[in-house]
Amino acid sequence: MPNANFKVWRGDAKGGAFKDYSTDVSEGMVVLDAIHKIQADSANDLACRWNCKAGKCGSCSAEINGKPKLMCMTRMADLPLDRPITVEPMKTFPLIKDLVTDVSWNYAVKKTIKGFAPRKPDAPDGTWRMQQDDIERPQEFRKCIECFLCQDVCHVLRDHHLHDKFIGPRFLIYTAQLEMNPLDTGDRVPDLKHEHGIGFCNITKCCTKVCPEEITITDNAIIPLKERVVDRMYDPLTKLLRVLKG
Amino acid sequence: MPEFETLEHDVLVIGAGGAGLRAAIEAAAAGVRVGLVCKSLLGKAHTVMAEGGIAAALANVDERDSWKVHFADTMRGGQYVNNWRMAELHAKEAPDRVRELEAWGALFDRTKDGKILQRNFGGHRYPRLAHVGDRTGLELIRTLQDHGIHQGIDVHMEWTVVSLLKDGERIAGVFAYSRERGQFKVFRAKAVILATGGIGRAYKITSNSWEGTGDGHTLAYDAGAELIDMEFVQFHPTGMVWPPSVRGILVTEGVRGEGGVLRNKDGKRFMFDDIPENYRSQTADNEEEGWRYTQGDKNARRPPELLTRDHVARCINREVKAGRGSPHGGVFLDISWIKEKLPNAQEHIKKKLPSMYHQFKKLADLDITKEPMEIGPTTHYVMGGVRVDADSQMSRVPGLFAAGECAAGINGANRLGGNSLSDLLVFGRRAGEYAAKFAQSAKNPTLDQQQLESAARAALAPFDRPTDGGGPFQIQYELQEMMQDLVGIVRREDELVRAVEGVQRLQKRAAAVGVSGNREYNPGWHTALDLHNLLTVSEAIGRAAIERKESRGGHFRDDFPDKDPQYATFNTVLARAPDGSMKLRREPLIPMPPELKQVIEEMK
Repeated sequence: MPNANFKVWRGDAKGGAFKDYSTDVSEGMVVLDAIHKIQADSANDLACRWNCKAGKCGSCSAEINGKPKLMCMTRMADLPLDRPITVEPMKTFPLIKDLVTDVSWNYAVKKTIKGFAPRKPDAPDGTWRMQQDDIERPQEFRKCIECFLCQDVCHVLRDHHLHDKFIGPRFLIYTAQLEMNPLDTGDRVPDLKHEHGIGFCNITKCCTKVCPEEITITDNAIIPLKERVVDRMYDPLTKLLRVLKG
Repeated sequence: MPEFETLEHDVLVIGAGGAGLRAAIEAAAAGVRVGLVCKSLLGKAHTVMAEGGIAAALANVDERDSWKVHFADTMRGGQYVNNWRMAELHAKEAPDRVRELEAWGALFDRTKDGKILQRNFGGHRYPRLAHVGDRTGLELIRTLQDHGIHQGIDVHMEWTVVSLLKDGERIAGVFAYSRERGQFKVFRAKAVILATGGIGRAYKITSNSWEGTGDGHTLAYDAGAELIDMEFVQFHPTGMVWPPSVRGILVTEGVRGEGGVLRNKDGKRFMFDDIPENYRSQTADNEEEGWRYTQGDKNARRPPELLTRDHVARCINREVKAGRGSPHGGVFLDISWIKEKLPNAQEHIKKKLPSMYHQFKKLADLDITKEPMEIGPTTHYVMGGVRVDADSQMSRVPGLFAAGECAAGINGANRLGGNSLSDLLVFGRRAGEYAAKFAQSAKNPTLDQQQLESAARAALAPFDRPTDGGGPFQIQYELQEMMQDLVGIVRREDELVRAVEGVQRLQKRAAAVGVSGNREYNPGWHTALDLHNLLTVSEAIGRAAIERKESRGGHFRDDFPDKDPQYATFNTVLARAPDGSMKLRREPLIPMPPELKQVIEEMK
């Protein structure tokens, strides 16, 4: 059985260092299996989050060889084994311990976005009718598993730390699925500009690249939202009308 | 005397999967102070793994469907030891619960005329499962989460409850630790709702996450509630079998609903070989008819691949044991064959089963639109759980409620696919409503300092013990191996007896297990504390399985391979005796009212 060497970040908010471990590699093994093996055999107190182990819950986000990934969907066979594999926590969020970060900011941000507000049911049976074609786009955004890898890689958050001014790609697609839900009557466009900092995104598409659900975050969600903001806030005619109306 | 930080709620919900979230939303709507405690982050609970859909007789695809058909299907699937009242409420209320999700932002796949689309599933007579591709659980949990965060619920993420607190006979709150810092907190509450899910981690091959350790079952049992039907564990017929690291991960029944077929290594559709008597009139007797059923032909009967899960799992087991299995000890599940029938099969499969396509491509290097999958049974769900009142979901401990997988009754001996998500919604809502009512008329409970101190002592004990006797993970692995081997799909008296003895030995070892490190986010410590729960539910499953000397639903006895009518008259009930031992008794089934009996007759 081949062997793999790891450098796993061990530490907490006060500091830490990479620690060396090694494990056997069996067929089909993913990085999360290796971390669990290390945890069971030699480091019972190695902290990591995980739940479904099938890419559906978005708990085991980490940076593997420097790239933001889900540990459960990263196969050992796809990594070079001739040098140690590094496994680190996400950098955009404060560290709690080892591979576990404090992602509570994301939960707080979501609360600031106006919730779903459907129009009154208008079908005879007291519900609504919607065509499949009209919901494909928001359904794409609702595939999001909230792994926060897009938030992790976004330079506005990661390098510029604008957490208090910018909601990040995850919550732009969250806003987009609400705005594009055929039943919704809410208006989140002013908030996008003034509160949620959509202007900070300069569409480098890093978020789209790391999304494990392969959601086209930038092209399908962020750019259309930016267009809505521009149409509303910067269109000269609308602006004039707004001034006239007071 | 140690002081513990204490939070006050009227209703405290343990668990934030579908049932817990729905309960919390309902209780909050009643205007009481609601807290929600969950082991993981919000939105990560095992509900996200539910794939196929939510069963509800909306009759959007087949107008012949109604609550009566759904009720009869559920009772037949459960082999008539279900709590009929729960099955009735479930069938009647599920459609409203699904529509409500749409009003809260869920976007289900649509029919051509713009209604919620419904798909075929095992044991359901008509297409009944509202769904979003094969990620329905995620849609459900996200909808409840995104609605719930605006309802004034206090959410406590990554807190684990270690014991329930009582004031005399009634519930008084819970004692919990935080994963992050390891500190303790007391949550005083007038009513507590358990919504902790299942027990899958007691087995080696399981679709369940680390959270499925039987917490709610054990907390309730320790606090004086009863467990029923614990012998009935559902082994889902289709889990991944290769590569080894993914063994057990769920492959949705939706694959078969969309026309997928099961074959052995000789290419034979072996499900036609054994069709149970009570399903014969509803089941296709040739491949062509089965295919037409999956494509919506209302005159066709369903293919035998869509028989109930207990039966399909046993047939797969039989093929493997007879040497007709696939190379890695499973059988083949093939959806790619539909290219013979549909012009755009490849796109169709990707559209209908996107996460299955993704899962096999990423984890097994296999393209399900081109090749068959290798699958085998995986521990998926426990029908047994806390005994509750059908209408209110309250256990026999005043103020202690349970909903979802950790409660029992609705499913009897076997659960139909799709009935879990609807169960979460229907009974989550009921538990929330009745817990709020209970809290509104209850006095504030008094906390007993002694109970708090003993809970804290027990939780910290592993740190003071030597760590040389094999760690908590080793005990867990041994238990999982043993349960898999001795209390699995096919059971025998001598093996069950050995399993119960084995559990008792492991209980002694678990009581002496030590852990290293400190209290901050320490998985070794968390696992050590989970062992008590895993061992308690394992003992319960073993004891109940010994008692039921027949085969019914999820419980199959090699030494008693037939159904025995005298066992159709009761549920097994387990409770903790004053000396701490587990006591079993038989509880006669509640007689079904004539009008429901008639519904079952009409649907035969």
